[in-house]
Amino acid sequence: MDFSLDDEQVALRDAVRSLVTKTYGDFEQRRRASAAEPGYDESLWRQLAEMGVLGLPFAEDDGGMGAGPVEVALVAAELGRVLAPEPFLASVVLAGGAVAAAGTADQRSELLGALASGERLLALAHEETVPVTASRSGEGWSLTGTKEPVLHGARADLLVVSAALPDGGTGLFLVEGTDAETDGYRTYDGGRAARVRLRDAPATALGEPGADQATTLAGVLAAARLAACHEALGGMEAALAATTAYLKSRKQFGVTLNTFQALNFRAADMYVSLELTRSIVDWATMVLATGDPARAGEASARAALQTSRAGRHIGQEAIQLHGGIAMTAEYLVGNITAHLTVLDHLLGDGRQHLGTLMTGVGDYEALDPLDPTMRSTSSQ
Amino acid sequence: MRLELSAEDQAFREEMRGFFTTEVPQEIRSTVLEGRELSRDQIVTSQRILNAAGLAVPHWPVDDGGRDWTDLQRHIWHEEMQQAGVPAPLAFNASMIGPVLAQFATPEMKRRFLPATANLDIWWSQGFSEPDAGSDLAGLRTTAVRDGEDWVVNGQKTWTTLGQYGDWIFTLVRTDPEAKKQSGISMLLIDMTSPGLEVRPIELIDGGHEVNEVWFTDVRVPGENLVGEVNQGWTMAKFLLGNERVGVAPVGAVKRALARAKQLAGAQLDDPLTRARVAELENQLLALELTALRVVANSADGAPHPASSVLKLRGTELQQAVSELILDLAGPASLGARGAEDSDLPGWARRSAPTYLNLRKASIYGGSNEIQRQIIARTILGL
Repeated sequence: MDFSLDDEQVALRDAVRSLVTKTYGDFEQRRRASAAEPGYDESLWRQLAEMGVLGLPFAEDDGGMGAGPVEVALVAAELGRVLAPEPFLASVVLAGGAVAAAGTADQRSELLGALASGERLLALAHEETVPVTASRSGEGWSLTGTKEPVLHGARADLLVVSAALPDGGTGLFLVEGTDAETDGYRTYDGGRAARVRLRDAPATALGEPGADQATTLAGVLAAARLAACHEALGGMEAALAATTAYLKSRKQFGVTLNTFQALNFRAADMYVSLELTRSIVDWATMVLATGDPARAGEASARAALQTSRAGRHIGQEAIQLHGGIAMTAEYLVGNITAHLTVLDHLLGDGRQHLGTLMTGVGDYEALDPLDPTMRSTSSQ
Repeated sequence: MRLELSAEDQAFREEMRGFFTTEVPQEIRSTVLEGRELSRDQIVTSQRILNAAGLAVPHWPVDDGGRDWTDLQRHIWHEEMQQAGVPAPLAFNASMIGPVLAQFATPEMKRRFLPATANLDIWWSQGFSEPDAGSDLAGLRTTAVRDGEDWVVNGQKTWTTLGQYGDWIFTLVRTDPEAKKQSGISMLLIDMTSPGLEVRPIELIDGGHEVNEVWFTDVRVPGENLVGEVNQGWTMAKFLLGNERVGVAPVGAVKRALARAKQLAGAQLDDPLTRARVAELENQLLALELTALRVVANSADGAPHPASSVLKLRGTELQQAVSELILDLAGPASLGARGAEDSDLPGWARRSAPTYLNLRKASIYGGSNEIQRQIIARTILGL
């Protein structure tokens, strides 16, 4: 058991940190980027591509860097720390993850290479308001229904769409952005999402045509959920750091706020939440790296439940301890809280994960992170 | 980052599990696993079995009977012991006075006390707290005045846990009334059969007799029983209290209690509210256990990991929450008192309320959780 990073991982983290801090170290720049279309800094996106970050998790044969969940985690955390609005999670982890997991060799090398180089932006459309169904259409497929919210759906060149198959099950399809009716909007955290209407939209099956990809999709979502947890960790860490600095500098009643024990104790509890979350999220990332989908799915739900609780605790307290300034759009902390709220609801929220986890509690004695089965057996 | 234990640590874990589940009598482990009170004999028997196998005081210096284990191995030892229901070696001996003597005592004093301390031939009590000196320990007032070769001790200690069993008591006493708070304190070892020493029980809200007052009236203590130098007691106290916080997160014991709660819940586990409560607690406990592992796995350089202060705070909160769950599972059946042997109510249900009430202490002792928050705020966050 080892929670530390190796030298290459530290180098990756430092490189990404330096790059994103140059762009978003001043929060005003993030405000400007998210105010303008497409909602992020396209030159930073190109630089991330040049650094290899956009191809990080993909196999080298597919045009990627062949790195794993830990490297993805490091990038997500650094983006979260400065609240970078770049579509790393949406495009690389979610859409790219789906192509990597379900695509044929040709699809993988074509699409992932283009994604990694920053040439094409991919988005995954999986949440829906009108169920999307797939039907066979000549040699290919056509899709009908409405997906929303689709992260970066309006800017995306290519959509990866989940749809009900005619014979049951869930298929994954590729739809050109130009073949869908997309209405993009700003989400409340300054991000971008879209309603994507598909009316007999021409589609290509991702991977084997007609195959049920529900399990594959679940695996992609589990991996993305963990990346979202790391993004949240970066945000929570930044929120705590900002709060601590504020308590030491802001004066009320003629003294700095850290003169008041009640406030310091609340900051201490934020630290407790942060460290507990880091432990379980890092652990779940290691579980994901073992490549066992069932264990990864559960570990990801466990990490997400803890992250949901901590994100709300830290986000809410960060605003309260700052006072009114944190309510303003121009100040970092309130925006972090808004983004933590988005991350919480993006891939199943705490309530939903708890609902999943509680069904099984009677089936085992205790959890044991050191056991390969994640369950302990009786030692009585 | 690596998920698994190394083959060596895995083998170590199996060795510990094997020993604890086979070498310590089932009757003692059942007492722990079922949440009943251990007798003095059971605690002594268990510690002697561990000591004979070199497992009672592995964290002591090797020259004094310790083992050269890594922090992770100590963690595994501790967790497996708790999971198996083996009573932990008496903390006053193994975690408190033992390491202090190993660090500060003369070779002669070590020879006299350490082997007996490891084997629980001497049952130590702790004499630190006083009625007006709890978290503010430096305000203690019990005095020791030099009289020829001896010290003469007067004053009162309180919260002396299991003092009714104690053979010896290690105390902090004021040896220089003129000096400022911390600087006039020394550490004395006192034979509890000394004339003028009186142990009076304190009855607690759980109905049990766990703590005591210890009164000193002109108690004569030989000069050689002073540990270290005169007026250096505070250094030793800080060393001891620092050790006390390590391994104070009772992860293994809380896990065992929560697993047992699921067993006791029976049909109540069909209730979604109960299931959700259990699942939430399990997840929080998992996060805590992983934090403990992170701390031990990454503290190889000897400096304590900053997150270690989280362990006592959160560990005791979860310990209390699990006891509350068991109390609620018992419901009205919890009304029967601990000793009501002619009751038809199940024993676990009758013990649930006293346990719940008793564990309120966990967020107070070992540096109250407010002190822990203060440590985090001050030393980690720099507030």
